[in-house]
Amino acid sequence: MWIYEKKLQYPVRVDTTNPTLAAMIIEQFGGPDGELSAGIRYLTQRWTMPTNQAKAILTDIGTEELAHWEIIGTLVWRLVKDATVDQIKGTPFEAHFVNHGKSPFPHNAAGEAWTAGYIQSKGDPIADLHEDMAAEEKARATYEWLIRVSDDPGVIDTLRFLRQREIVHFQRFGETLRIVQEELDRKKYY
Amino acid sequence: MDREQKRLLKEIMEISFVLVETSLYLDTHPNDQRALSLHNTYSQKYSELISQYENRYGLITNTGISGYPWNYINDPWPWEINFDIS
Repeated sequence: MWIYEKKLQYPVRVDTTNPTLAAMIIEQFGGPDGELSAGIRYLTQRWTMPTNQAKAILTDIGTEELAHWEIIGTLVWRLVKDATVDQIKGTPFEAHFVNHGKSPFPHNAAGEAWTAGYIQSKGDPIADLHEDMAAEEKARATYEWLIRVSDDPGVIDTLRFLRQREIVHFQRFGETLRIVQEELDRKKYY
Repeated sequence: MDREQKRLLKEIMEISFVLVETSLYLDTHPNDQRALSLHNTYSQKYSELISQYENRYGLITNTGISGYPWNYINDPWPWEINFDIS
């Protein structure tokens, strides 16, 4: 069950209209290592987790990822909302515009639609938690590439916040993996 | 959204973020008493600020008590708020 809170997790700032940057940021809206993938991945893996710590961490990080997905959609929207058609024409955002107008849509920066093939749920907590740790590192790397191609101070500020969250989540998943491993070992030997 | 509403909302966002951090940490360290007391202190503060905000400006969550007419729908919605202007 979820309840919406009418606020963003971070005060998003965008300094200038920039459809090209919007088309790149959309990688994290609907790309393989983006926030939608992260949220659906973690929330889907909860049913087969063996410990309360693991059930809690997947629920809470999965929920936070949906808040990040909202932040990314807000960045994309702010970057294009005041753009004229002339400002959009000739940019990588043009192909997005002819299908979706100025609405964000879950596809990656190259225009491939989001697919559940980006995520996995193995029903095996060790495999799943390793996947989750890798996912956080891949998302961190994506944010670093995005920060490199960004020239908008407001956007960079928000991307830095999101990059930092990947590091914290990686840490928490590592602790969860250790807890689950100990629980499984305990069951095996006693 | 006037200056005072934005100030209060930003304070709520900050405290809400503290609670995200303390709760994730507590998920894997449920016996850490210092973290738990930090969490509970901010949780108390959070409830106070939420009721203050909702009384003045309308609901943040649709489980709250609203004046007439239903004020959960009031603008601005989160993605419409201009945080660069204080």
